[in-house]
Amino acid sequence: MNVSPTDPAGGTGPRPAEAAGSRSSKAGNMTSALEETALKSGPDLRAAAERRDRWLRIILPVVILTSAILGWEALVRIQEIPHYILPAPSLIMETLVKDWAVLSGSLITTLQITFAALAVAVAGGVGLAVLFTQSKWVEISFFPFAVILQVTPIIAIAPLILIYVDSIPVALLICAWIVAFFPILSNTTLGLNSADHNLRNLFQLYGASRWQTLWHLQLPAAMPYFLGGLKIAGGLALIGAIVAEFAAGSAGRGAGLAYRILESGYRLNIPRMFAALLLISVTGILIFLTFSLLSHLMLRKWHESAIKREN
Amino acid sequence: MAEVKTAQGNGNVVSLRHVSKRFSNGTLALQDMSLDIGKGDFVSLLGPSGCGKSTALRIIAGLGDTTEGQVHWPDGKPERGDIGFVFQEPTLMPWANVFENVWLPRRLDGASKSTVRDEVSEALEMVGLGGFAAAYPRELSGGMKMRVSIARALVTKPKILLMDEPFAALDEITRFKLNDDLLHLWEAHHWTVVFVTHSVFESVYLSNRIVVMAARPGRVAQQLGNDAPHPRGDGFRTSEDYAHLCRNASDALHAAMDEHTTRAEVTA
Repeated sequence: MNVSPTDPAGGTGPRPAEAAGSRSSKAGNMTSALEETALKSGPDLRAAAERRDRWLRIILPVVILTSAILGWEALVRIQEIPHYILPAPSLIMETLVKDWAVLSGSLITTLQITFAALAVAVAGGVGLAVLFTQSKWVEISFFPFAVILQVTPIIAIAPLILIYVDSIPVALLICAWIVAFFPILSNTTLGLNSADHNLRNLFQLYGASRWQTLWHLQLPAAMPYFLGGLKIAGGLALIGAIVAEFAAGSAGRGAGLAYRILESGYRLNIPRMFAALLLISVTGILIFLTFSLLSHLMLRKWHESAIKREN
Repeated sequence: MAEVKTAQGNGNVVSLRHVSKRFSNGTLALQDMSLDIGKGDFVSLLGPSGCGKSTALRIIAGLGDTTEGQVHWPDGKPERGDIGFVFQEPTLMPWANVFENVWLPRRLDGASKSTVRDEVSEALEMVGLGGFAAAYPRELSGGMKMRVSIARALVTKPKILLMDEPFAALDEITRFKLNDDLLHLWEAHHWTVVFVTHSVFESVYLSNRIVVMAARPGRVAQQLGNDAPHPRGDGFRTSEDYAHLCRNASDALHAAMDEHTTRAEVTA
């Protein structure tokens, strides 16, 4: 078979990126000679609009956020609000720097629990999902446990776990794990089961083993679902860790950010409370951004969610 | 109407013997279907939707069981890679590039990337996609994806190629081109092909035997031979022979469908 230049199936160009025509983002700056002469200004205008769009996308949120912070600062100064009621952003930053020794230690503790819980959630969630798809009886038997763990508010179970488990870090880890584990399990299970039916038949036709089907078909098909679950679980692991720290209320050298918030509340050290809060938010945002980037990098070559389309 | 015979007289690759298939919901998808596929045959299964032509193809492929009757392979049961299957959709793995998609059947057989490089290239050259090994499916047009799918079916050098309405979802110009290319490949290699279609024109253009099927229950209504000489091309498409064969096939198809209607009326 030869793809002649007139073959509409074979595309008009020698390279794949061209063959995809206007359907892929790669083709964005590629226009046919005809279009180029007819609409000389068209692509330029569009490119300019795109550039403006890209800048606005960054500038707009930054401007709005900055003005909100400045407004807060102005409000506190003009109204002379005492810092134990509402500290100014400048004071919060000052506290953050001044108390960094204490706060950074707590941040590391919270991060350790969060990521350890997330790691166990990923291993357990994916492992159990694989087990579920191998046997529907395993799924039917054990899925209720996963649901029960998920629907019971962690704040209600945390005291119990703290009673049963001696080591506080382990108890915190368990709490964070319970919250983070479900989205990974349910998303990965869905993903493993949603491999294309014809592809399954193809694997069957070529005598693929269970393991081969899992490795070459089901796991790649589940990847977008798993990464979606990971994005949710990352945030939830942090929330779980913080909630558990609140419930534990443990002091000492290994205390996490939640404890710093509690402690600052008792001492009416509101600026430090805000500083700890800020660290928690920033951590949450960074976790989300990290997993979004990871997801984009893993899916950009093939998955619809990571592909920009031009119409 | 030409006498029906298996093409080369070299014996059969596979025979269906009184095959019936009833689905678990009670539908009789196939009733007492017998069919011989000779070596080098290009057989079209032509019929309206619901006539069991895809079911028959899946049974030959071993993707479905028969309820009654049997599938007989005179040269012994097919082994891994003896059957090539092309689905109605390209059915490619979107996360894998063209090379990896075509490699798949050999990979499942334990062949490493380096050992299959030549085989994959050859299959891709055959379908005219020599330079596209690194492309991802989403970068390809519908026709090109179908070509990849065909290359994947060919990479194991199958004894029989089963195609389930492979070009039905494509636009007409692309379909014509792919029909031509498939026909040229067949003329060069004389593979054994079973081709499911609901297009009279496609079946006449491509095959040397047309099996017209009727629906509810799915069964063979009539078999037509097609002795039109090869190579076939645009000349054949506009010839009187072609028109004549199309009329015959069309009449047979209508007869099969009318039979169904009258039957339904009688039972009603």
